[in-house]
Parts: sequence; structure tokens; C-alpha cells
Amino acid sequence: MIPELGQFSLILAFCLSVLLGSLPIIGAAQNNVLWMNLARPLTAGVFVFLGISIGILAYAFITDDFSVQIVAAQSNSLLPFQYKLTALWGGHEGSFLLWTFMLSGWMLAVSIYSKSMPIDFVARVLGVLGLLCVAYILFMLATSNPFMRILPLPPADGSDLNTALQDFGFIVHPPTLYMGYVGYSVVFAFAIAALLSGRLDAAWARWSRPWANVSWAVLTIGIALGSWWAYYELGWGGWWAWDPVENPPLITWLFGTALVHSLAVTEKRGVFKSWTILLAILAFSGSLLGTFITRSGLLTSVHAFASDPTRGVFILGILGLAVGGALLLYAFRAPLMKSEFGFGLVSREIFLLTNNVLLVVAAASVFLGTLFPMIYQALTDDLLSIGPPYFNMIFVPLMLILVLFLGVGPMSRWKRTSTAFLIQQVAKVALVSLLIGVVLPLIVLFEFSLAATVCVALAAWIVLTIGKDISNKIANKESVGKGLRSLSLSYYGMQCAHFGIAVMLVGVGLTSYFSTERSVLLSPGESVELGSYSFQFEGSEAFRGPNYIGDRATMLVSRDDYLLPSLHPERRIYLASGTPSTEMAIDAGFLRDLFITLGEEKEGGAWTMTVYVKPFVRWIWLGSIFMAAGGTVAAADKRYRRLRQRKSSKDKEQLGLMEPSTV
Amino acid sequence: MKTHRRKKLSIILFVATGLSISVGLILYAMSQNINLFYTPTQVAQGEVSVGQRIRIGGMVKEGSVVSANDSLQVRFETTDYVHAVPIEYEGILPDLFREGQGIVAEGSVDASGVFHASRVLAKHDENYMSQEVKAALDAAGVDTDNHPPSLILPES
Repeated sequence: MIPELGQFSLILAFCLSVLLGSLPIIGAAQNNVLWMNLARPLTAGVFVFLGISIGILAYAFITDDFSVQIVAAQSNSLLPFQYKLTALWGGHEGSFLLWTFMLSGWMLAVSIYSKSMPIDFVARVLGVLGLLCVAYILFMLATSNPFMRILPLPPADGSDLNTALQDFGFIVHPPTLYMGYVGYSVVFAFAIAALLSGRLDAAWARWSRPWANVSWAVLTIGIALGSWWAYYELGWGGWWAWDPVENPPLITWLFGTALVHSLAVTEKRGVFKSWTILLAILAFSGSLLGTFITRSGLLTSVHAFASDPTRGVFILGILGLAVGGALLLYAFRAPLMKSEFGFGLVSREIFLLTNNVLLVVAAASVFLGTLFPMIYQALTDDLLSIGPPYFNMIFVPLMLILVLFLGVGPMSRWKRTSTAFLIQQVAKVALVSLLIGVVLPLIVLFEFSLAATVCVALAAWIVLTIGKDISNKIANKESVGKGLRSLSLSYYGMQCAHFGIAVMLVGVGLTSYFSTERSVLLSPGESVELGSYSFQFEGSEAFRGPNYIGDRATMLVSRDDYLLPSLHPERRIYLASGTPSTEMAIDAGFLRDLFITLGEEKEGGAWTMTVYVKPFVRWIWLGSIFMAAGGTVAAADKRYRRLRQRKSSKDKEQLGLMEPSTV
Repeated sequence: MKTHRRKKLSIILFVATGLSISVGLILYAMSQNINLFYTPTQVAQGEVSVGQRIRIGGMVKEGSVVSANDSLQVRFETTDYVHAVPIEYEGILPDLFREGQGIVAEGSVDASGVFHASRVLAKHDENYMSQEVKAALDAAGVDTDNHPPSLILPES
């Protein structure tokens, strides 16, 4: 009976979403305050009923109610508690309910933190989000009901959660990624509301910015968690595979990054308006594309859910309606958005435009590489794949150029910057960066490599230009402390995120070029050397875990005869499904990771195994943390909360945009 | 006004040049990095030139896996139940590599018709079959819907 309540609750949420998707929008069009004011209570209602629904599903998972189809398919009575609960998002139906619930959570947040916006705008934003809810819940009810039962004869036990998913990464990665993805629905709704109302001004950009920043920060963490998880769980030693399922979040992230920058120009200078709106639509399309790819059965990979063509068609329908509708609206409205080119050829606007062009081209190249094989197959029935070299060849140079501009962008001025001034500012910095790029890898890694030099030099370039910019900005203040306090949170957020890029750049560059690995067959007592590390195999022993049996090897690790903590890679067989799984052992460090994966047992207790040394690999995720922190700090800037009292003066500023004034 | 238009024009030109250079690069990179997919039958019939990098997909033939006891050398055959292609691989096979299951291998064929794999993929889920393996079996006329062995999908 209880699961049926979950279903009823879902249906109620659907009914409320239908009201939310219609009344406030109509109300806004007809200036009916009563209907517009329905937006907030209806949003709360949708959130509550989706919450009840997902709560009941979680209860079914915790209590091993195998009469519910997805519990029987994704859980097992032996499963540890944390995986029983999170098995909820281990399959298509449950994860989609989570996705929709998170959307309602974002909606609730919008309804709470929108006190300073006019009610017609709030009504439109929440109405558009309500329409998305309608589509998502309808999709669930029609094609993938999470509360489907196996009655009258439920199975005695469930068939277990996919063993690759029984890991901490599974607990944190999917919810975070969804949270970031769904955040772009909010940004999208802001854009659509702006198109509907024709209100495309600096105020609109200022309202959107915190949401764009927070979504971006969460998505950054979501992607980084996925990369970290793949790194330590999948056992192939990589942190990014250009997998067709990894790419859509990256595409969304690239559009989202472009959007964050373009919104800055729209807010401060009132230009790039239609471009900003287009980016919001594109970022949202990227998030839907990700859903479509994983849920349609188009692809086969770790992430793909069971394929059911009707689902694919349904999601394609949502994608077509939402994106097509948005673009149609855009086509009608965009010509009304006039932006004047009130800036010179060397100005911050141009640097940000360059940033946008590079990011969008990068996104487009990833998009092409991801979808081309699918389109090709649909047209010709032949199969092909596009490997990582394609992506590296395009993506890496684009990002390196982007980083070059990243250094000068924040230093340049709005409207016009003199080239001589910029050169005078950065010439020394550029020389020092180059020097660091040459010397530092030599000191740390005892090797010269052009790639490492380029990465380290560019990272130094970012860090030094940040330092230079801050010192410029506080040069005229009485004291350093006072100067630092005078800089805004959003400025610190930006520099923190840029610093994250530098950290990540070092990680990516050094890991990619200096990682070493060896696959070997070792008998007990034998050892293998890798770089300055020595790994000695001591033997393996059988053991039993909560829901698996396994072998655990003991490896003594030493560097230059100095003993490091020993490592214990495992090989497991999960009892419920009989699936084998490799658990690698990692000795994580700030400057390098050592890790070992077990292969198979051979005669005489010998094992095949692969040992890896990966310098600076942690810096990749460390960089993401800085980036996400930057996004969050920038969103917390108090000027986003002081809107009401500043509104009138901002509007004046908007009108006076073309007058030569310093900002 | 005139300088205004000139500025606008030069920005548009700047963006257009950037875009066309990048589209050119994208197409070039793509043409260099496409791995075509072949079935065991196509490889056995010599449709693939020696040394060309391809992907091959099929089932691991029952009883064909021979792994050396003193090294990481593995030899097995992949089949679409019409033709079988011998594959040599040095390294650790994926967790779910088993006889009678679907795999995809990346590599090239040598003059004697042996496929040297640089990567062998098999996937963490037993219920679904890779499109590539399915396509290979479909092409060979094997009824994939009713074929008994559990089929694994490859990691790509």
C-alpha cells in the first residue's frame, strides 16, 4: 500500500505542476496579480509532494520491499545500509525521480530568494520551471514509473546493485551532477522569462548571475567527483576518457562557463544580451542532451541505463519542445534586443568575447565528436568511434589559448584599454612565467618536457597575473589590509576560480606527460621497479566481505630503500550477482599517487597486476574545488542581495550606458 | 557612425575567421582519429588493410582463450559464429572478460591475419549487449534476441 501512496503523491505533484505551468504565466501576461501570486505556494506544493514521493521510494529501498520492481532490480538484502538507500538512483526510474525532486528543490530556492524581483518575473520563472516539471513527471508516469510493482509474487531477494556502483563515489557523484545539471534549468527559466517579458536589462542579468554561478560551481564539483570516482574505481588509471557520457556534462559546463562570463558583460555593460540568452538556452540543452544520451539507450557505457526506445523518443520530445520552443521564442524576440558596440577593439568586452568564442568552439567540437558516431550510424548503419586523440587535438590548444587571454582579461578595462598599458603590465610577468615553466619541472621531476613547460608556465602566468592585478587594484589604498577589504566578493570569487584553473592545469599537464605504468606478473617475493619506486609482492590471502568474497594482495612499497605504507589491492566476487570486480589500492599524495590493480591469479600464487605512478594527479580535483569555491563566493556577493535599494540607480546607469563614463 | 560600423565589421570578421579556422581543425582532427568498426567476418575476408587501426567486436570463442603462465600474453579468438579472428593481447583483461561473452578490441591486423589488440573492452553489466557486438552478430545472421550466452557491453 505504501508504494501506491508514493505514486499518488507523484500524481498530485503532476497536477500542481500543471497549475504552476499555466496560471502564473497567464497571470503575468494578463497582469492578474492573484494568479501570479499562486506561483510560490504551488512551487512549495510541488516540492512537498515530490518529496513525499521520493521519501516513500527511499523507504521501500531501506525496508527491502522487493515487490517494488526497481527495488528488486537494484537492491539486495545483503547490501550495506548506505547502498540500500542510494540504490534509489542506481537505475533510470529512481534517478529520474531524484532529478525531478532536485528541480523542485531549485524551484523552492528561487521562490524563497526572489523577494527582490517583481512578481510578474517570478511568476514567469516559476511557471517555466513548472512546465519542465510537467514534462518530467509525465515522462515518469507514462514510461518509467518508479513505483511499479511485481505482484502477486514478489521475488524473495533483489538482484543487487551493480557492483561497480557500490562505492562512495556513487553516493556523492550522481546527486551532485544532477544538482548542477538541474541548476541550468533555473538559468534557462530566467532567460525564457526575460524573453517572455521583454525585460532584458542589467537587472535581469544581475538576478541571473548568482544562479548561473551556483549551478556552475555545483556542476564543476559534480564533474570532478565523477572524474575522481572513475579514476579510483574503474581501475584504468585515467581521470577523463572522453566517454560519450562524460562529454555532455562537459559541454554543459563549457556553455555554462561562457555564460558566467557573458552575463558579467551583460550586467555591467548592457551588451551581448541576445548572446547571453542564447548561451543560457544552449547550457540547458546540454543538460537535456546528457539525460537523453544516458536514458535513451543510444549509448552503451557505465552510465547507460536499460534501453527502452519509447523513453528515448519521449526525452527527444521534451528536448525538441523545450529547446525548439525556446529558440523559436528567441528568434521572435532577439531582434528586439539591441546592444550597441560601445567598446574598442582592445577592451575587456573583447577579451570576454574571445573567452566566449573559444569556449563555445570547444563545446561545439566536443559535441561534434560525441554525436558524430551516432548520427553516422543512424544514416549509414556503419559503426565508428572517435577516440581521445581527436578531443585532445582540438580541446587542448583551445584551452591553452583561453588561458593566455585569462591572464590579461581581468586586468583590462571596460570600453577601451591601451595596448601599450597591457604590454607594460604583463611583459615582466610573461617572462617570469616562462622562466618558472622551464625551471620548476626540472627541479620537481628532473626532466625537461615541452608539454610540462607549457603547462607550468601558463599556470604561473595565471597566478602571477592574479597577483599583479590584485596589487594594482590596492596600490592606491592606504594599507594592504584596507585595500584587500575594499575588493568585492565577486572579484575574489573570480580570482579564486581562475587560480583553480592554474592548479588544474598543473595537474592535467604533469599527470598526462609524466605518469608511468607497468603491467607485470609477480610471484610472491618478486618485485617491480617503476621510476624511483619499488613494489614488492608479498602474497595474497582470501577473505570475506559483507556481500562479497575476495583476494587481497599485500604489496610493500619503497622509495630509495625508504619504506612507504604497504598497499592492499583486492579482487572481489559479489555473491548476489557473481560479478567480479577489482578494487585498486591507492597511496594518495599531494605530489604523486601510487596505485595498483590486481589482474588474475596464475599458477603458484602469482598474480598479474598493473602498477602506476601518477604525479600531481590530485591537483586536477584540487583545482576544481578552488573553481567551485570561487563560483560560490562570487554568488554570495552582497550586491545581489541589495537589489531593491539600488535598482533605481542601476536603471539610470543602464540608460546612460553610452555616455563615456568610467565604471 | 562609420568607425562604429567598421568596428562591428572587424569584430564579426574576427569571430568568423576564428570559427572557420576551428571548424577546419575540427574536421581535420576528426578525419585523423576515426576508428571504424569491423565484424570478425569482414576482417576474416580481408576487408581491412594491414596496420589500419580499427575496432573489432564479437563473442569470445568458447575454449579459445590461452594465457601464458609466465607473462601477460593472452591469445583468444573473437567470433560472430561464422568466422573467427585470432586476437593477441598483452596486458590485463577486463574484469568481465569471459569465454562466450561479447567484447570489443581496438588494434590492427598483421599480415598473417592476427589481430593485435592495444585495448580490450568488456563491460560491468551482464544484461545488455553492446551495439557493436550486436551489430556484428546481426550481420552474421545470428539471432541475438534469443541467443543464450549472456552478453556484455563494452566500456567505451
